[in-house]
Amino acid sequence: MKRIGVFICWCGSNIAATVDIDRVIAAAQKMSGVVYADQNKYTCSEIGQAMIKDAIKEYRLDRVVIGSCSPRMHENTFRKTVESAGLNPYYLEIANIREQCSWVHKDKEAGTAKAISLIRTAVAKAAMNEALFAAEMPITRRALVIGGGIAGIQAALDIADTGFEVDLVEREPSIGGRMAQLDKTFPTLDCSACILTPKMVDVAQHEKIKLITYAEVDKVEGYLGNFTVTIRSKARSVDLQKCIGCGECIAKCPSKVASEFEEGLVQRRAIYTPFPQAVPNKPAIDRAHCRFFTAGKCKVCQKVCPADAIDYEMADRLLTNQYGAIVVATGFDTHKLNNYGEYAYGKHPDVLTSLEFERLLNASGPTGGKILRPSDGKEPKTVAFIQCVGSRDKAKGNPYCAKICCMYTAKHAILLSEKVPGSKAFVFYIDVRTAGKDYEEFYTRAYEECGASYIKGNVSKVFPDGDKLLVRSVDVLSGALVELSVDMVVLAASVDARADAKELAQKLAVTVNAHKFFTEAHPKLRPVDTQTAGIFLAGMCQGPKDIPETVAQASAAAVKVAAIFSKQSLLGNPTVAEVEPKLCSGDLSCMAVCPYGAISEQVVEERRGREMVPRKIAQVNAALCQGCGACTVACRPGAINLKGFTNQQILAEVDAICL
Amino acid sequence: MPVTNEGFEPLIVAFCCNWCSYAGADLAGVSRMSYSSNVRIIRVPCSSRVNPSFIIRAFQRGADGVLVAGCHPGDCHYHSGNFFTRRRLTVLKQMMEYLGIEPERFQVRWISGSEGAKFAMVMNSVAEEIKRLGPNRKLRDVR
Repeated sequence: MKRIGVFICWCGSNIAATVDIDRVIAAAQKMSGVVYADQNKYTCSEIGQAMIKDAIKEYRLDRVVIGSCSPRMHENTFRKTVESAGLNPYYLEIANIREQCSWVHKDKEAGTAKAISLIRTAVAKAAMNEALFAAEMPITRRALVIGGGIAGIQAALDIADTGFEVDLVEREPSIGGRMAQLDKTFPTLDCSACILTPKMVDVAQHEKIKLITYAEVDKVEGYLGNFTVTIRSKARSVDLQKCIGCGECIAKCPSKVASEFEEGLVQRRAIYTPFPQAVPNKPAIDRAHCRFFTAGKCKVCQKVCPADAIDYEMADRLLTNQYGAIVVATGFDTHKLNNYGEYAYGKHPDVLTSLEFERLLNASGPTGGKILRPSDGKEPKTVAFIQCVGSRDKAKGNPYCAKICCMYTAKHAILLSEKVPGSKAFVFYIDVRTAGKDYEEFYTRAYEECGASYIKGNVSKVFPDGDKLLVRSVDVLSGALVELSVDMVVLAASVDARADAKELAQKLAVTVNAHKFFTEAHPKLRPVDTQTAGIFLAGMCQGPKDIPETVAQASAAAVKVAAIFSKQSLLGNPTVAEVEPKLCSGDLSCMAVCPYGAISEQVVEERRGREMVPRKIAQVNAALCQGCGACTVACRPGAINLKGFTNQQILAEVDAICL
Repeated sequence: MPVTNEGFEPLIVAFCCNWCSYAGADLAGVSRMSYSSNVRIIRVPCSSRVNPSFIIRAFQRGADGVLVAGCHPGDCHYHSGNFFTRRRLTVLKQMMEYLGIEPERFQVRWISGSEGAKFAMVMNSVAEEIKRLGPNRKLRDVR
């Protein structure tokens, strides 16, 4: 017979006001197995916890039931209390008589009756509680960071600075990401390259960071502390060990293709580095556009290479590595403007996206930092900026706000006034959102000091009009129709999740939301965790955010990784599924429903007559099992059970309720 | 003679998943949303942990109604658990009539951790429905 102690908490008047504690105690004392019942004003206080510990010793209690607030509130607190008195922490059971009783039932009679029933249920379950022990799991103290933009760079540097090894995987030939494409950053107008490039170099030189560029994640297996990741290192066709980065090959390459980094404004060669400050500053051959790979002859780059670094035979290599934690920092795509034909994008060369405009501003960009119209190379004197193209548009684009456009457009308006004296910016907006430190001041500067005109209204159409562009809108504040003739139109295209975000999510077993941004474990309290332990998020891949937020999130993710690596081993969740081999029929229905691949088949030798016969049964990997219990219902012979929530315990609860 | 259910207080067993519906119940409490005291909650990690035999057992032991509540399909903490719940319990629902129990006595609802008000509303509407049906005698008599 178990020796169960029951402790009822008043929670001040929170419980005591609508539950007659004395009657609950009297009823508890009569319950089967209960040898002690007592009450306390605040059980979670030090005195309340001491009372439990003393009673465990004095009355030799071996199971503890606490009637108090929700177990989601104080289960861990009380488990520690019970453990410090020498009992297994899983001998504790909590009856939720506050959130699910006293707070929702005003009638004291009904409340008391329900509280007694809840205590009886908890006592019935506690009597069947077994000691549970968390399995210890070793940790591979090496992190994988996927994506080499500012988020990935920051996360990698922060993890590496704590002394742990990091592999940084980037799919382009160079790290740098979107931030490398930017000219200046709001609200301080720091030169983007000036603050990013040193970090890129730090990554390349850090002894704890291994940079794997031109590579993608192929497969992810395993779990927190022990992920096995297969990385596809794409054939670069250039031997990074031999290449000296002189650039001879690039200069002589005869094949040209639109540059992704320059947003298609200029062409790059088939053998290329994406931009001058690339890290590593060594080229890759884009085989889809290389004359040798498409037409079978050329080899000019090989002829001019002084280091004999060109290797046309190079093949994709699969690298399989172990990691303890993963940071996903894969960034975003800019919204495709196919649905916005009315803005003449793609039809008129002087209609640009904001990122294209950004490249015009950049000193290393196609125009050397001069704002010039792509059509005729003249400086635009008037520029219309159209906000929310594809953002906050349920009908044709994304329903969400892209968050960064208001601020970068203010930046563009300021930079335009600086670079083209006498110019004028017109900004068409729905709302201007400037929540951020010094952001409002920056926006104010755009219209107060730099002369930008802000017009509240959705642009309905942009018409080519001679060598000008006619922008038609309505000013909703005055109600007047607006028609402006401008030299250039810049569209603030929304941000999308990466086109292949869902595929990566499936590889990682993490979730995405309706817009394919990765989902955090809790929108407020666990913003960098995913629902999969050991996988963290940083930057735009989780949702629209600006650089400071991205960096903050990356550092937060790094700390989460370091916290895991700071331990020698990890304690798993002890409430996992368990197979009773004698009952298991080996049909493995459980395996099919397990969302974590935690169940595998094993062969056991069994004596049948005089021979030993092999038999197939299920086995649970306790480290992979998250304890959902879906398998327990799928199992026809009832061979698989969930520790802490066994069939017997739940049935005992049902019986106790229905008594 | 018409059956009157006046004064009848039903007993309803509610299986709530830890991550959504149990949290929703806690939120209803924190928000002091009063609802029927006929409901008794059993915490399970996931609605997919609820074996149909638990539900039958509750009816055998005299429960007048059984509710299973989980995360909204697609939002399961364990990715896919509630899809299994949905399939399994749809089958069970079909079987209720065969067992001789009004199918309305057994309900499945999706209540997220942020839907405290919905939790209270569902508890009240289920309690109302069961009150209208009167006591469950069928399986209780078998016991």
